[in-house]
Amino acid sequence: MRQQVNGLLRRVPVWTVWLAGLLPLTLLLWDTLTGGLGIDPVRDIEHRLGRTALYFLIASLAVTPLLRVAGVSLMKFRRALGLLCFTYAGLHVLSWLSMDMSFLWAQMGRDIIKRPYLLLGMTGFALLAALAVTSNNASIRHMGAGAWRRLHKLVYVAAPLVALHWILALKTFPVTPGFWLLVILALLGLRVAIPRPLARKRQIA
Amino acid sequence: ASPALGLTGKPSGFSTDAEPNSLKDITNYNNFYEFGTGKEDPARYASALTTDPWSVEIGGLVERPGSYGLEDIAPDNELEERIYRLRCVEAWSMVIPWIGVPLASILNRVGVQPSAKYVAFETLVRPEEMRGQKRPILDWPYREGLRLDEAMHPLTILATGLYSDPLPNQNGAPLRLVVPWKYGFKSIKSIVRITLTDSEPFATWNALQPREYGFYANVNPQVDHPRWSQATERKIGGGLFGGRQETLMFNGYADQVASLYEGMDLSRQF
Repeated sequence: MRQQVNGLLRRVPVWTVWLAGLLPLTLLLWDTLTGGLGIDPVRDIEHRLGRTALYFLIASLAVTPLLRVAGVSLMKFRRALGLLCFTYAGLHVLSWLSMDMSFLWAQMGRDIIKRPYLLLGMTGFALLAALAVTSNNASIRHMGAGAWRRLHKLVYVAAPLVALHWILALKTFPVTPGFWLLVILALLGLRVAIPRPLARKRQIA
Repeated sequence: ASPALGLTGKPSGFSTDAEPNSLKDITNYNNFYEFGTGKEDPARYASALTTDPWSVEIGGLVERPGSYGLEDIAPDNELEERIYRLRCVEAWSMVIPWIGVPLASILNRVGVQPSAKYVAFETLVRPEEMRGQKRPILDWPYREGLRLDEAMHPLTILATGLYSDPLPNQNGAPLRLVVPWKYGFKSIKSIVRITLTDSEPFATWNALQPREYGFYANVNPQVDHPRWSQATERKIGGGLFGGRQETLMFNGYADQVASLYEGMDLSRQF
């Protein structure tokens, strides 16, 4: 069963993930152009982009635990999931810069330093940017696998930061982002609870 | 809303000449946590609320306590149109053509005792019709308060209408407070109780997060919310690139109300 699933997955080309991953963006564009966004379209665009970025971040975090727990490998899609996350995160930040803050650079600068939720969001975004620009084979070769892997462990920091960024932006008890923070912590916990099979073998040997 | 009788209010010198938001904007973008925390929740769920019959219990330090009907509080022939700016603590704003009466008119009618210093307000609690109240999002009932001089100020009104309609449920039907120089959350909706007191009354957001929401909650571009700036605001209805506008001291009503706060440190008593 597991082999069948993995065999099937091997035959799915990566571009299908990109295609599916850009569906939320297409829907958002559609809603924007057809007036389907409601009274405050700026907020809707900003929030939908941010939420979608978080969902792809969680999906990319889930790849390894899924492999270790269920033996199902989505490893070949992980880069696409990560880059999709960064695409949405970038558009989220861009919508904030342009539509929400209308390029009031001074106020934005002051706000980022002063507001915990903006500081967390921007830190998360900077970390994701570092991961995105190195998400290519040339970078892995150039950096060496060990250094590259260490750098990409920053996602363990970025993911909780992004969830906290959402939580702190709300006025009352944050049910939805609180739930996603728990999911992120659970996914990170699974990595500790079930270590890499490779490392385990090496220990035994 | 039902095709109820239209309302007309006499024009008022207190109205702004700014262009009001559309009825659609005003009735589909609301903070009214009694119906849910989403901005669209009130429009979706507030129709469940029964607003007729309705009465307001006015008590505390007054000469004639009792249960007052809408017609006692806001008689048709006293209604005024007040086009006011509304500034939400979340840094967005609208312009809203309310119909209502000065709060002072009903307070004078019930007779304020000399020892009264504050006015406390309370929203209806009816979880079977107000689905948001089934969860302890806030400490229900929603409560707010004003200092007596703020309550008696001619800008402070009790609204019963919007444009030429009776107040839609999602905007606080059948009777809500409007205090245009304060952040929107002070303007409590669907009022069932007004109590004159001699000490500062409980105020819901202030009690929940005193560091973030002061009792006064005067619009003040220099005093930021700890988690976001209050220097600018985004006007709802401005489209995708409507930009931001500067927030004005006391939401632009400084000429009328600044004197109420003379000698106070507004960065401490915010």
